[in-house]
Amino acid sequence: MASSSSLLRQPLIAGDKTPGEVTSDICAVLDRRLSRGWWAAFLPALALLLVGAVAVTYQVVTGIGTWGLNNTVGWAFDITNFVFWIGIGHAGTLISAILFLLRQQWRTSVNRAAEAMTIFAVICAGIFPVIHMGRPWLAFWMFPYPNDRGPLWVNFRSPLVWDFFAISTYFTISLTFWYVGMLPDLATIRDRTAPGLRRRMLEIFSLGWDGSYRTWQRYETVYKLLAGLATPLVVSVHTIVSWDFATSVIPGWHTTIFPPYFVAGAIFSGMAMVMTLMIVARKTMGLEDYITHAHVDKMAKVTLATSLMVGLAYLTEFFTAFYSGNSYEQFVFLNRAAGPFAFGYWIMVLCNVSVPQLFWFRKVRANLAVVFVMSLLINVGMWFERFVIIVSSLHRDYLPSSWAGYAPTTIELATLAGSFGLFFACFLLFCKFVPVINISEVKGVLSVGRERRAAPEPEHAAPVRQEGVTA
Amino acid sequence: MSRRTLVTFFHHEDDVLGATRALRERGLRIADVYAPYAVHGLDKAMGLTPSKLPWVCFLLGLLGAALKVWFEFWTTAQDWPINVGGKPWNSLPAFVPVTFEVMVLFAGVSTVIAFFAVSRLGPTRKAVLADPAVTDNHFILVIEETDATFDPEKVHQLLRQFRVIRVEERVESEQEVR
Repeated sequence: MASSSSLLRQPLIAGDKTPGEVTSDICAVLDRRLSRGWWAAFLPALALLLVGAVAVTYQVVTGIGTWGLNNTVGWAFDITNFVFWIGIGHAGTLISAILFLLRQQWRTSVNRAAEAMTIFAVICAGIFPVIHMGRPWLAFWMFPYPNDRGPLWVNFRSPLVWDFFAISTYFTISLTFWYVGMLPDLATIRDRTAPGLRRRMLEIFSLGWDGSYRTWQRYETVYKLLAGLATPLVVSVHTIVSWDFATSVIPGWHTTIFPPYFVAGAIFSGMAMVMTLMIVARKTMGLEDYITHAHVDKMAKVTLATSLMVGLAYLTEFFTAFYSGNSYEQFVFLNRAAGPFAFGYWIMVLCNVSVPQLFWFRKVRANLAVVFVMSLLINVGMWFERFVIIVSSLHRDYLPSSWAGYAPTTIELATLAGSFGLFFACFLLFCKFVPVINISEVKGVLSVGRERRAAPEPEHAAPVRQEGVTA
Repeated sequence: MSRRTLVTFFHHEDDVLGATRALRERGLRIADVYAPYAVHGLDKAMGLTPSKLPWVCFLLGLLGAALKVWFEFWTTAQDWPINVGGKPWNSLPAFVPVTFEVMVLFAGVSTVIAFFAVSRLGPTRKAVLADPAVTDNHFILVIEETDATFDPEKVHQLLRQFRVIRVEERVESEQEVR
């Protein structure tokens, strides 16, 4: 069919699959025993997670004096990691909600994994502000509840409180969206699992889904509504994160460009992380027909577009500093590019603006090894972007007498490593226990851009068998 | 009371879509269609009215936002006013971000809860499947056999046109009838 239909769009799923094949292909990983490769990835992740757990326990018990912070640099590694992880999460919602509303059907192959990535990234992000409080057992003070201290309420004018509400709403809605989208697939796995504990669990979690079209119709409505809610939500989350900085009076932070700059950066870094994960997943889990070169190609294009936005923001910041006539503002930016943290700045520019330009070339986008390495570099660059924004703006403030340096301690490095351990451990468990690709949505796009599939074989079509009353 | 139904199996979404449309045009009652994925246009073919869930979403979102504005005003300006940087007690613009987040939270979560309630989905519910293959690759159209309009010969003739793969006649007991 492909040869005679060059005018038609490339099919989204390669291999001319039937719905039955889709089910068995995607569930194959779940049915198999844990492979050596899986353990080889999971055990190091678990080890990193343990390192992080030890580091977090130590700093909670001892106090955050174990960090390299000082009076001048009051925010550094912890907030960098927080913004980094929140940013990673944003691509998941872009793929699951925004691309759904834009009817980009290629999203069906990657949305489940991207949403999972969002949830795990938000968990990783949430840990940092809680540790940063110093007394994490009082974290519930962030919640406006009637207390015996007045009651003294939280300050609703503070961006830090906005952040608390934004992150918790984002996590709840992402989790809900992910779970609702998974119901039909859980039912699919339930119906192909032999009775036992596993089936019992699936029966509970699939909520008795029976594929009735009346339910499907409501499901579609709910999915659309959640996508409509998640779209402004994701923009609001990183906007509010950027307000943590923008509402202060620190040169280099106090700027109106921050919300769009942060949102674009978040999608940029998140897309890179999706590519990192998907390129590995398609290979190791044998999903090459579902996550095709065309998918990677499209994600690379989104990455390129957001890279240009981020690059534009870098330039705009410099121009605005120059044009403002404000010597403090000008100094901060000169200090960024030529001061003690210049290495961070140039790593950021190299990885976020220069390297992604290779995505202009189709040959580069088609070479998955190159795309993989580039996606890793982008994540490094985006981590440094947050580090540069936070530390380079703080360490040399208005009074030269209070200037200070900053270097992370082992504890801070171990905490960062631990967050990666947590993220990858969660993702690997997800790959093993949940279908990585949205089975029901992929079935729905099988015939997209192609002619109607051939009719069933005649021996099935006629004669109609009357099977009698089965009561 | 029991109900007689004709359970018909299809392999292809176009077939089930066409069969549903054709049967309904001939005045037959369609109990339900079961599908492994959301077949677009089937709601129109079945004559389903659009879901009212957007109203739940809208009204609960509105309620959440209203409650939150009131709460922020009450805590900040009335119950325990604190002067933060000389900002007015009632700093409405500063209340916008949290109000928005709470609106989304209320709207999203309540829509999903309402969806579970109206579709009677829940952890204790046991799925009554017409056939286990319905969550895999089969489409099942369930036709109610009402005496007035049901003509077996014509129905089978029609189903054959749409490449039906199997037809079963079932009598459902009361519990199974939803």
